[in-house]
Amino acid sequence: MSIQGYLRSDGRKGIRNVVAVAYLVECAHHVARTIVTRSDDPDVHLIGFPGCYPNAYALKVMQAIGTHPNVGGVLLVSLGCESFNREALAATVAASGRPVETLIIQESGGTAETIRKGVEAVARLKAQAAATPRVSMAVSELVIGTICGGSDGTSGITANPAVGRAFDRLGAAGAACVFEETGELVGCEKIMASRAITPELGAELEASVRKAEAYYTVMGYGSFAPGNAEGGLTTQEEKSMGAYSKSGSAPIVGILKPGDHPPTGGLYLLDVVPDGEVRYGFPNISDNAEIVELIACGAHLTLFTTGRGSVVGSAISPVIKVCANPETYRKLAGDMDIDAGRIMEGRGTLDEVGDEIFDLVLAVAGGQRTVSEALGHQEFILTYKAFDPIGPACLPLRRAS
Amino acid sequence: MSMVLLHPDDNILVLAAPIRAGQTLQINGQSIVAASDVAVGHKIARRALSIGEKVLKYGAPIGSMTAPAEPAEHVHMHNMKSDYIASHTRQATGEDPA
Repeated sequence: MSIQGYLRSDGRKGIRNVVAVAYLVECAHHVARTIVTRSDDPDVHLIGFPGCYPNAYALKVMQAIGTHPNVGGVLLVSLGCESFNREALAATVAASGRPVETLIIQESGGTAETIRKGVEAVARLKAQAAATPRVSMAVSELVIGTICGGSDGTSGITANPAVGRAFDRLGAAGAACVFEETGELVGCEKIMASRAITPELGAELEASVRKAEAYYTVMGYGSFAPGNAEGGLTTQEEKSMGAYSKSGSAPIVGILKPGDHPPTGGLYLLDVVPDGEVRYGFPNISDNAEIVELIACGAHLTLFTTGRGSVVGSAISPVIKVCANPETYRKLAGDMDIDAGRIMEGRGTLDEVGDEIFDLVLAVAGGQRTVSEALGHQEFILTYKAFDPIGPACLPLRRAS
Repeated sequence: MSMVLLHPDDNILVLAAPIRAGQTLQINGQSIVAASDVAVGHKIARRALSIGEKVLKYGAPIGSMTAPAEPAEHVHMHNMKSDYIASHTRQATGEDPA
């Protein structure tokens, strides 16, 4: 199957051509959302950051998403007095060769007038983005993320190891595959470290999980929701072992932090837990925040496994939902792309479902809409965090080259 | 396949289909009558488990027993705990007034 990608001027290729409308403080959210609603186009997506105080991480993530290969143009919607560095964000998007416009509500005549100007701006940006050259794209040019949400006792038996099978095939074809949530790897750190391509990277992998454990301990809760327990999971480390199986069996070649791009193909861990003292609350307040961070690392699409039955998608990059639990699938079939729970009922094997996921990744990269895309799911959430840059041992391949 | 043994070292089994109280289960060649309803995805003891014993799933420790369990008994938050970070339920969030 051939993928026709959108060629960006940095050489990266996208599988969608989205115009992103970004609010830069909650006070501009309504105006930005109304611009998106009135534009009435499935490829015009709302993103944004709600805070008024500056945050280097939020700027980095917004810059990464404004220049994401799936994005063809950006409209910034600012109230005017907030801290967000709209000039830096606009400059980064413009330097990437993409069209970008900024509307400042306080200087644009208020709500109604800014919405009117915004709808016109989106139409201009759409027209410019439509001129993006289409080129063939190889599997090795894809970045694929994975996340689990609403996990239960079936997740670690069906959907997660099936995604692991698909990751093994994608990675073997040269794609970059990114798994995450170090807080959901507590208990697997030594097993995971043994898969690192260098001992130094193994030590970094273990350290990232120790950091997560310490952070969540201060917060008072693990990355464990009541629904996990209702679905048969008892402990953090039990959930972790199931979650970990999404990573497949390939060697781990590096660690990323949100906004870092994988420099090569292969399997990466995304470290999502902030560095330094515990500030700003929970590392990821919901699954959607993790998906946004995968997208900030360049993920073209995300494989989302669920046992209890998450219904979400995402702005910018499509989400493929892999349902682990056959009972959930019967209740929520209209929200699921893949029925992995059939493995529990002897109606398929891990390898068969893994192949089905692999094939669907190629189809979605080729333009086929996922279920959550077709339903209009475009969730997006970005909150305050602080990170140190990754250390030299985190990208051994880059260091060696 | 109604009960899954994920790893030969495991001392629990994962349910691929719900079991009902009074149902007869075959575990390690023994016939055992289930004491309670247990839902899909939940765990039951593969053999008798004692307090403090590590629970093994996927061949890896996933916590410790806080109460003994008979073979086929439901293993969950009432009789085991994390060795890392405590779990919470919707009813007991840890935020209730002390």
